[in-house]
Amino acid sequence: MARNNDMRWFPGFSVTTLLCLFLLYAPLIIVAVYSFNDSKSITNWGGFSLRWYADVFWGVEAPRFRAAAINSFIIAISAAITSTIIATMAATAMLRAGRFRGKTFSFALINLPLMVPEIVTAVASLIFFSAIGFTTGILTILIAHIVFCIPFAYLPIAARMQGIDDLYEQAAMDLYATRLQTFRLILLPLMAPGIISGFLLAFIISLDDFIITNFVKGAGIETLPTAIFGSVKQGIKPNIMAISTLLLAVSVVFVTLSWLVGRIGQKQQQTATNGGE
Amino acid sequence: MVAGIENNNSSNTSTYAGLGSLLILPTWLVIGFFLVLPVLMMLVYSFLTKEFRGGVIWEFSLAAYDQFFFDRGLFGDEPPKIEWTYIIIFWRSIWLAAVATFLCLLVGFPTAWFIATRSGPNKSLWLFLITIPYWVNLLIRTISMKFLIRDTGPLNEWLLAAGVIPEPIHMINTNFAVQLGLFYSYLPFMVLPIYAAVERYNFAYSEAAADLYAGRWATLRKIILPIVKPGIIAGCILVFVPSLGAFLAPDLLGGAKNFMIGSLIEEQFKGNAGNWPFGAAAAMILLSMVLIVLTFYARQQMKQGKR
Repeated sequence: MARNNDMRWFPGFSVTTLLCLFLLYAPLIIVAVYSFNDSKSITNWGGFSLRWYADVFWGVEAPRFRAAAINSFIIAISAAITSTIIATMAATAMLRAGRFRGKTFSFALINLPLMVPEIVTAVASLIFFSAIGFTTGILTILIAHIVFCIPFAYLPIAARMQGIDDLYEQAAMDLYATRLQTFRLILLPLMAPGIISGFLLAFIISLDDFIITNFVKGAGIETLPTAIFGSVKQGIKPNIMAISTLLLAVSVVFVTLSWLVGRIGQKQQQTATNGGE
Repeated sequence: MVAGIENNNSSNTSTYAGLGSLLILPTWLVIGFFLVLPVLMMLVYSFLTKEFRGGVIWEFSLAAYDQFFFDRGLFGDEPPKIEWTYIIIFWRSIWLAAVATFLCLLVGFPTAWFIATRSGPNKSLWLFLITIPYWVNLLIRTISMKFLIRDTGPLNEWLLAAGVIPEPIHMINTNFAVQLGLFYSYLPFMVLPIYAAVERYNFAYSEAAADLYAGRWATLRKIILPIVKPGIIAGCILVFVPSLGAFLAPDLLGGAKNFMIGSLIEEQFKGNAGNWPFGAAAAMILLSMVLIVLTFYARQQMKQGKR
């Protein structure tokens, strides 16, 4: 086809895409590179070194970072597990249970945490916990995280469930499987990739949160983002760049995992549908 | 996130008919009790009297909203004038968020278009490259930007070394830095929904238009834009709403002078101001503005659905 008729092609769009990726990645890559810089002054290059990584694990601030990291992972794992279970139940209700009272409202409710600005959720949570006399601490952080992880876990799970034909479940029920058996033996295995994606995304979202955590955390309790924020307030030191690079790596690994799981799921789904026809 | 905003309860399969209410119950309890109820309490708190080191006294008062809109002098006995301080902060936030949205659209639309029109494994690689920054910790991304544009940061060092500028450009703690930070923070949020919309677009339509002697411009305006519009609006909302309430960009890149709504609210609870009812009132005003935007979006969606 002649290029000037092909609406797929516009002049400059490929350049803009490269510019977009450059803008998104350049600051991250620069920080990652400078985190290996063997120099006390941050911007002069003094040769390759791992000293700032050693500093993160064994330096002056290491105990604080370690405690924060442990908190972060405990909260992220608990919040991801809880919100994934809630989201799986919700997706089953929304997509496999026909009509029920308040279905449209439920849909709005699931997505509500995405609509309310984070700072508003943060303020509301702080006010709520202090009004009911809940001591702020790890539990309050966990509760707040579960709330905003639900929609993120819900999305991949619902997307996956929508793609599964209910023929298999009907067949199982025809063969006298109970509904629980049908769920456990048919729906759950088919949904597994969606559930894993949902879990991984919820985990990342919880691990990354700063604003809400900063509001509802008790005195003396830190997660990695609040600990990093506290250090950055006194200026960007090289060890901050090292710990940022580590956290960056964790995010990249998890997103890649989630992506790969999603792709395996898609392929399975394709073969399943092709085989059925 | 995009799929979540769209209504997808079209499925009518009912393997678990009758269990719906039971299965949705945990969602209702958790979000109802720990998000809806807290927001309602925040509304109540915005009408209470402040206590001096944070917290409230349970006594009805309009002081928070009064402080927001009116200036009654140092001792509160002068005739009320309009208080511009907070209105200006809100106005600046709206402006910064709007410009950020525009810039993201400017870069995001061509990017989304380009990726959506690739084919095969190339497409999923491009998409993956855009998705990664979307999930990377916002705090770390903001810190990276702060590091890059500091007076003695790499950008200035390189420009100096290359002889492009005679002395470092002062960027940090300016309005420009906040603007850049917002643009940088939410750029991926613009690309993904537009990508999803273009992806669904069937290019046979534009070929049909071309066969009927429509020029490129006419095809773009009359065929493509109406179809892709929901994606563009979704992208704009996903950039505008979080930009409006942003805290990290103004705090880390803007410093003390370039306040946005987010920093104003934060200061009431975590900072030195310690005025909870006022913070709650500011958060309520922010939430109302967001609700207005979302209502506009929902009505747009419904119109689209009717067509």
